Amino acid sequence: MKKRKKVEEMFFRILSGIASYSLIVILCFIILIIFIKGFNALSLDMIFKTPKGGYYYGGEGGVLNAIVGSLYIAFGATFIAIIIGMPAALYINVHLIRYRRTQNTIRYFLDALWGIPSIVYGAFGFTLMLFLGMNASLLAGIITVALLITPIVIRTFDEVLSTIPKGLHEASLALGSTRAEMAFKVMFKQGFSGFITAVLLAFGRGIGDAASVLFTAGYTDLIPTNLDEPAATLPLAIFFQLSSPIPEVRERAYAAAAILTIIILIISLTARGFSKKYSKLNIK
Amino acid sequence: MITALIITLLLPLIIGIALYLKANPLFELQSLSQLIGSSNWSPSDGNFGFWPFIFSSLYVTGLSFLFAAPMCLLAAIYLTQFAHKRLIHFMHPVIDILAGIPSVIYGMWGILIIVPFVSDVLSPILHIKSAGYSILAGGIVLAVMCIPYMLNMLIETFNTVPIELKEAALAMGATQWESVKHVVIKKSYPGILSSFGLSIAKAFGETLAVMMVVGNMVQLTFNPFEAGYPLPALIANNYGEMLSIPMYDSALMFAALILLVVILIINLIFRYFIYKTQK
Repeated sequence: MKKRKKVEEMFFRILSGIASYSLIVILCFIILIIFIKGFNALSLDMIFKTPKGGYYYGGEGGVLNAIVGSLYIAFGATFIAIIIGMPAALYINVHLIRYRRTQNTIRYFLDALWGIPSIVYGAFGFTLMLFLGMNASLLAGIITVALLITPIVIRTFDEVLSTIPKGLHEASLALGSTRAEMAFKVMFKQGFSGFITAVLLAFGRGIGDAASVLFTAGYTDLIPTNLDEPAATLPLAIFFQLSSPIPEVRERAYAAAAILTIIILIISLTARGFSKKYSKLNIK
Repeated sequence: MITALIITLLLPLIIGIALYLKANPLFELQSLSQLIGSSNWSPSDGNFGFWPFIFSSLYVTGLSFLFAAPMCLLAAIYLTQFAHKRLIHFMHPVIDILAGIPSVIYGMWGILIIVPFVSDVLSPILHIKSAGYSILAGGIVLAVMCIPYMLNMLIETFNTVPIELKEAALAMGATQWESVKHVVIKKSYPGILSSFGLSIAKAFGETLAVMMVVGNMVQLTFNPFEAGYPLPALIANNYGEMLSIPMYDSALMFAALILLVVILIINLIFRYFIYKTQK
């Protein structure tokens, strides 16, 4: 009896150990492959030049158009998402503070909204675009991605706001502030670390998402100068170049993937740093 | 403030209605059961049978779940119960970063590693011919994509089990594993179920990574070494020809509607589970 117990214990300990270490190996392997492949093909031309003539047959140029396009879309979408998301998150935590049930129901629906795949947003964005009579353009891409990331901004910001002690509300209300003042001057300041995290998370998601911009932003070799021009994006640049039969072009897809991964890494690390730095300054 | 919130909350409804209106001409042509059940797909003749695509989606998702779930469950148990605290401190940022990596990059990794692996290593061993771009490859890539997501939720679930419960079990003479088996897993049962459910929903709607490795051929087959054609790939691949064939745009919007409805329902059910248990 005793022996069987020991054997079972050892067996599962080792089995679960193997499972977790192999997961770690797999995950590190992915990052390693992307970087090895990418850095071999990465050059300054890739980052600082737009595609020149014959680029898609192995000619000169880079993916600057896609980098800039992606940044435009991610910045624009994050901006819209902040305008919608920040007040919404504050509303949940200021005006609805006494209605726990409503709060939870809203969170429940927002979480479900988070789960909707980006291709559905893409299809919806496309319908919306046709309905409004727009062409595939920077603006259409921005709106679609904004819809995609707004729930992320709200829920991430809200998660931090909900941990703010109630005493702080009461103190500011007791000092005679209105609810709006309390929301923007006290709650926003207290939850600033969460706000930054939310924005960076949303930005990262926006810059990496391909399925939602596939229909809406179009693709072009030029850097867009106007909102109604089409814009290239990094994930789509990777996708299109990867399906090319020419090896040099595929090499460039690897380089573009490395660029995208580095951008995501920077965003992710900044988010960590910020949330650590600002949460120290909070009133506990 | 409240308008912003209401707009966001109404979003799924608006999306649903918009897609439904767009897909409506299709319903006049064929009945719903015909659309979903028929496997006759020839858009130029006006035949829209979605079954091959739905089947492919289910197959790829099921495969990925089969690969990812046991691994993640064991790993989450190990990381929260057996391993040193340092390991989990190291794992947290790694999981977060991997969860943030875009699906295109997973797709690229799939093309670089998994597709050659399936065609050059796996299929010769089993004496099957395969181009590598197959349902199996899609399942593997999808499983890898789901791992950070699923693992994160499972770790969170296990961390909410009060340590006193485990200590009580240990004090009664149970071994570590027995306390895990009888207390931790039992206590976090709804959480585990929800993590699995939500991961399935995520996998079901994943587009680019799968589309890049799955082969994209309309056919009904149980052979995982053959190519498949999941729903999201159908939408993403054909947006270009959407407006040139009549009813084609309706068909693609209908595919998006199926995805939306299925995923929203799964999400609502399992999120409800989580909220119920959190109380």
